[in-house]
Amino acid sequence: MHSSIYLGVLIVMPLVGALVAILTRKQENISYYVAVVTATLELALAIVVAVLYNNHLAGDGTYDFMSRHVLSAPLGLAYDVGVDGISLFMVVLTALVLFVALLGARERRREASFVGWLLLLTSFTLASFVSHDVLEFFIFFEFTLVPSYFIIANWGGAQRARAALKFFIYTFSGSAFLLVGILYLGFVHQHQTGGALTFAYSALANTPISHGVSVWLFIAFAIAFAVKSPIWPFHTWSPVTYAEAPTGGSIELSALLAKLGSYGLLRFAVGLFPLALPDMRPIVLTLAVIGILYGSLVACATPDLKRLVAYSSVAQMGFITLGIMSGSVIGATGAVLLMFNHGVITMGFFLIIGFIEQRRGSYQIKDLTGLQGPAPVMAALFTVVMMASLGLPGLSGFVSEFLILVGTFGTHAWWGAIAAIGVIAAAAYLLWAYQRVFHGKATGVNAAIPDASTKERWVLVPVVALILVLGVFPKPVLDRITPSVDVLIHHVAPTGVSK
Amino acid sequence: MAHIATLILLLPLLGYVLVFANGRALKERAIGAVATAVVALSFVLTVVAFILLLHRTNREVTVHLFNWISVGSFHVSAALLVDPLSITMCLFVTGISALIHLYSTAYMHGERDYRKFFLYLNLFVFSMLVLVLANNLLMTFVGWEGVGVCSYWLVSFYFERDSAASAGKKAFLYNRVGDFGLLVAMFLLFHYTHTLNYLGVFHLAGTLSPTVATLTVLALLLAATGKSAQIPLFNWLPDAMEGPTPVSALIHAATMVTAGVYLLVRMSPVLTMSPDGRLTIAFIGAITAFVAATIATSQRDIKKVLAFSTVSQIGYMVLAVGVGAYSAAIFLMVAHAFYKALLFLGSGSVIHSLNGEQDMGKMGGLAKYLPITFPAFLVGWLAISGIPPFAGFFAKGDVLTNAFEHNKLLWAIGVITAILTAYYMTRLFVLTFRGNERFHEIEGVHEPHESPWPMTVPLIVLSVLAIVGGVIDLPWAHGATLAHFLNPVFGFVPAVAPASTGAQWGLALVDVAAAVIGLLAAFAIWRDTSENPRFESKFFAHVWYWDDFYDATIGKPLTRAAQFSDDVVEPKIIDGAVGAVAVGIRDSAEGLRKIQSGFVRQYALAMVLGFAVIVVYLLARVH
Repeated sequence: MHSSIYLGVLIVMPLVGALVAILTRKQENISYYVAVVTATLELALAIVVAVLYNNHLAGDGTYDFMSRHVLSAPLGLAYDVGVDGISLFMVVLTALVLFVALLGARERRREASFVGWLLLLTSFTLASFVSHDVLEFFIFFEFTLVPSYFIIANWGGAQRARAALKFFIYTFSGSAFLLVGILYLGFVHQHQTGGALTFAYSALANTPISHGVSVWLFIAFAIAFAVKSPIWPFHTWSPVTYAEAPTGGSIELSALLAKLGSYGLLRFAVGLFPLALPDMRPIVLTLAVIGILYGSLVACATPDLKRLVAYSSVAQMGFITLGIMSGSVIGATGAVLLMFNHGVITMGFFLIIGFIEQRRGSYQIKDLTGLQGPAPVMAALFTVVMMASLGLPGLSGFVSEFLILVGTFGTHAWWGAIAAIGVIAAAAYLLWAYQRVFHGKATGVNAAIPDASTKERWVLVPVVALILVLGVFPKPVLDRITPSVDVLIHHVAPTGVSK
Repeated sequence: MAHIATLILLLPLLGYVLVFANGRALKERAIGAVATAVVALSFVLTVVAFILLLHRTNREVTVHLFNWISVGSFHVSAALLVDPLSITMCLFVTGISALIHLYSTAYMHGERDYRKFFLYLNLFVFSMLVLVLANNLLMTFVGWEGVGVCSYWLVSFYFERDSAASAGKKAFLYNRVGDFGLLVAMFLLFHYTHTLNYLGVFHLAGTLSPTVATLTVLALLLAATGKSAQIPLFNWLPDAMEGPTPVSALIHAATMVTAGVYLLVRMSPVLTMSPDGRLTIAFIGAITAFVAATIATSQRDIKKVLAFSTVSQIGYMVLAVGVGAYSAAIFLMVAHAFYKALLFLGSGSVIHSLNGEQDMGKMGGLAKYLPITFPAFLVGWLAISGIPPFAGFFAKGDVLTNAFEHNKLLWAIGVITAILTAYYMTRLFVLTFRGNERFHEIEGVHEPHESPWPMTVPLIVLSVLAIVGGVIDLPWAHGATLAHFLNPVFGFVPAVAPASTGAQWGLALVDVAAAVIGLLAAFAIWRDTSENPRFESKFFAHVWYWDDFYDATIGKPLTRAAQFSDDVVEPKIIDGAVGAVAVGIRDSAEGLRKIQSGFVRQYALAMVLGFAVIVVYLLARVH
């Protein structure tokens, strides 16, 4: 097992970066470079962790890079971290999103505090992904709201105040259920074992609770994660929030923070309450399928590009939820892979939409026509991202989506088959949007926009590279994810529902 | 063998990479030369691989490339299967692709996106080879969608034209509906056989229950109707004629659109398990052949006639698959690739000489102006009409003989379609090359001129192939035929009593009679006039109102539903419900009003305070 110092550095480094960025705020260029350097180091270290990660540990039911320090025994507070195949690529994604957002979506106004919030957000998100303690997870999960709120409220569009408030209240109310659930579970555990209060994941996972309690706790957890993901019908905060947030904020929210929801659903809701699953599965699977079809339907009609990506994300999160709830190792592995792939793909979408907005001052579809004429490279980059999103085989999105569907079909055939209709729908709304924005003859302002600059192309290199490489050679990633998913799914379904 | 097969596959991709990486530095000539050379080389290697395969006793070579996806019990490799079927496909795919690449170097001369055109074209050939060489369904699916996306790009090549952009999208969406079928087929097969490898699936095909087999076959059929433009998903193909003509010849006539037939033939061991499924396939094929032929009789656009003709001819191939005549399907596919590519390239030459005019009403009398295109087109016309000894006669005859042995109704539909085929092709031929010269009204055309050599050479080569193509499967050359080469791939072919020699002669005479009737009828009607509304049914001209039907039953309702969801369901119902809950909570807790101040700073403060309260509570409880 590797030392937990790696994770400690990953959590603390952005905090230090944020501090320095704020201290140097008189010269915002310096703040920005401090942030970029921090982000680069963070990404490099995250990749090192991903390469070093030992997937054989999962077979023994342990994580890598683990350590546990109890901070306050009476409160059950602990610093308990570790990484397994499920959280590993979320750690990489967290660092990657920060890196790309800093380079591709600069905010020139009050830049020091903008990058400060971004760094802070990175630290909190990373800490929640590596938390091996449920209470610790919750604390960081909640902390992420604060930087997100300020990023939206200070740097967003015209409706930013309303959007930020809606986002905050919505997610905050959701997590109220989660907190109650966590505390209840902790007390039950303490009551039954008679020992100290603890929220350690491994301890709580083995708490014997009745079927009824299990169902209620599952619901409490699932609501918080459903809001965060978002899962239909808890999604209505997301279109307005993604649309009003600045590009960097949209990237953080959709590419990264949404994954806290699906990650929580798999790790905690599914992982801690196996007894609830037989009852809950059909319900959540149905919500997921509705989300896929409904999200796609609304995406066809929505008038602007950011909302389009928001509704497309509702559909994509539906696929992820489907895989998580499928009860199949293949499906759940596909879901974890899609969490990463969807992060990369949405990042690409929002970056390019940001470039367009900078040039045209609008991301309304009706204002844009024929952009492929003046901006062929930008159109080509958008095409790659779009094709990955609609699941073109050979690109990253397909591998994950196919695993989810084939896994779900094996355990819940009807849900899998109906969800596959989403594959048609995704092509419909994306190609239609592409036609309206990039095809046709550009006139006036549209004809005069410059093509993607060298720097903009470089920012998209990691996105395009990951889309291509993970489409053709996902093996190194899958080899790291699968054993941990296998352990989790078999823990919750010892009778072997899964194939 | 392994290295050769890998090279066959990778050469077109290499061409793509070379042109992509050095494109801006390269001149038009160099781009065309590189793109054509890699495909030609790929063809040469395919010939080598073919000869090597002939000399092997075990004609089933698997080439493992790398592990693609491996999760739990799900394992899929990137691997190739070289067997008589895949090598036959590779031979005509690479051969015709090479010719059409050559043709395009001249046809696309001076286009703004010349480089992009060849990038797409090379990528297309690569995808097509992935499709046919894959040793498992999932990898075939990679090629399957790869050719689909290349087709999307090439159909909407002139993206500034709205009709081209819409046609590309339509092609992709119709194909996606078909892809849904292929996905479901893969789900079913993996669920019941735990593998997606062709050989593995075939090994266990016998264990599939009749229901599962039929479901799988129907799902595969849906996939085939999308890709191969069959009923109910056939009407994207005529729109796809918006693409440049070489694209229509290569993708929308000779290669990609036959992929659905290839898929069905490849899955023959599964098809064998479902007689019901196969009967459905046969009828879909026969009906499509007939319907598309009726439509072709009333089109004015030369490329539209050829497009519906392609739909109709593929209908024959699907019919052949349905009656278990797999090798006949492939025979017709190869012969059709020769003469239909010839006809499309010939029409491209015609269009080229008339400054882009496609309306046959403005052609006529072109025979003397196009000394190479004219005889080439003549060959294509006779071949598709089913006149002996051209390739089409033998290939179509093979299909009809098999249909006759299986089901007389299917055969009858096939023969009627044969009459229509000869009719609409003769009409096209007469309107284009015979009669009075009507092209003088086209702006800028004074004297049509023959095309340059890169365009005429492919025409000559394809003409020769369309004349002699029939020899690959002559009914009396036992042991040295395509059928003999292919049949081991299909395992046991359903035993149908072969028609006696006498019956075969009789059927052949019927075929010839059908061709002659159609031909003479068209001559009689179209020899003297280009306007003959009595023989151009509005119903046929409007594609049986198929598009309008889909638009009214699917397109419009879905659009309205989407708009309704965005305008009403989202803001009023779902968000409204959330708002109502929030208001309810607020009203029921009047005392907490002060907190609802709307300032998140206060919420954040409340969060911290709340957290502190919990901490205090816990402390109090523990001590």
